[in-house]
Amino acid sequence: MDTVFYSYHDFMLATKTITYVLMGLGLFGLLGFWLFLTGRDEPIRKY
Amino acid sequence: MNTHDNGAKNTLLTPGNVITAIILLVGLFITVLRFTKGIGSVTALDDNNPWGIWISFDLLCGVVLAAGGYTTTSAYYLFGLKHFRSAVRPAITSAFLGYAFVVFALHYDVGQPWRLVYPIFVSQGTTSILFEVGLCVFLYVTVLAIEFSPAVWEWLGIKKLRSLVLPLTIPLTILGVILSTMHQSSLGALYLIAPSKMHPLWYSSFIPVFFFISSMFAGMSMVIFEGILAHKGLHGKMDALHLKQADGVVLAFGKASAFVMMGYLFIRFYGVAMDNNFKYLFTGYGLWFLVETIGFVALPAFLYAMGARERNVSLMKIAAVITVLGVVLNRFNVSQVAFNYQLDASERYFPHWMEIGVSVFVVTLIITAYRFICTKMPVMYEHPEYKDAH
Repeated sequence: MDTVFYSYHDFMLATKTITYVLMGLGLFGLLGFWLFLTGRDEPIRKY
Repeated sequence: MNTHDNGAKNTLLTPGNVITAIILLVGLFITVLRFTKGIGSVTALDDNNPWGIWISFDLLCGVVLAAGGYTTTSAYYLFGLKHFRSAVRPAITSAFLGYAFVVFALHYDVGQPWRLVYPIFVSQGTTSILFEVGLCVFLYVTVLAIEFSPAVWEWLGIKKLRSLVLPLTIPLTILGVILSTMHQSSLGALYLIAPSKMHPLWYSSFIPVFFFISSMFAGMSMVIFEGILAHKGLHGKMDALHLKQADGVVLAFGKASAFVMMGYLFIRFYGVAMDNNFKYLFTGYGLWFLVETIGFVALPAFLYAMGARERNVSLMKIAAVITVLGVVLNRFNVSQVAFNYQLDASERYFPHWMEIGVSVFVVTLIITAYRFICTKMPVMYEHPEYKDAH
């Protein structure tokens, strides 16, 4: 199924909307991955 | 320092040496053929496909897999991560050899070796991305040669030259990072000129960013991968510090690679979203795109992360091998599989056996040179006269 865009504005609006939503999800995803990656690291000594 | 030789076998007729000799002889034969009969006599290239595997493998893969030089020197000299000390010289050595042989292999494509300096010194094409790539590679090979040279001066016992070069280390490292940033991304930017020839899943205006970010984890993974090979073939040349730090280098680079790879994975899909190309994911090319991104980026990133959590060095080494293969796959996809995808199968490019022969020849030359350098020069160990001096 292919969406038809009748103007460049429509195209940019649609693709940028999807990209920004993906970016938001990506930020949470990366945060989750970082916590997974460092989950068993030894705590940093503060003395 | 541990420089003992294993066993007393001094014969040159080992299976490895015989295979190397055969490859070098065949390579020399093809070289003579290429430079006397022309490029058409040894390649399957044509007007539709002027760039074959000499560009895909020898150049694109050669440059990205030599990125271990700038990542390791940055980690040690710029970020001050002292546990990378033992990895610096092997990484610089392989980066220098990698780039030097990229330039060497380029001669097979462009021909007329005496004209190789023309784009820099005679006729500069300043509006071309290829000019920027050429200039950066020319400068970076020079930088790497100077960075590598202390090992040569230590080997030859020329203290004056060594002390002359050593203060340049930090400026050269910074210059190396700048040049790498420029030409790693520019190699991707070369493909911006051909939007209609590339499959939409691989074509993106972000392709320079993809190339640069993938060079980061490719470089780090290549350092781990080379470490695996070096421990098999050159274990006797490693000193106590190298052996002590080896696992730490794997864990640190593996962990860094995991995070960078996950970021890379996201931006690859942002590229798909920005051009509204999701529909192509459900085609044959889409499946291949998912194999590349999920199988060779997401999977090794996850394996690296598991390795980091469990401090499992073996798992990280497996992830490094998959990552290196994945980067090679990506460069082949961009420059071959997705390029000219709209042509009939009969018009598509498949390399001549002599093209593959030249690539194997070049890789064999790199391995032979690397073995020679690591056997003779203080790369895997510190020279006793200059301990703690770099």
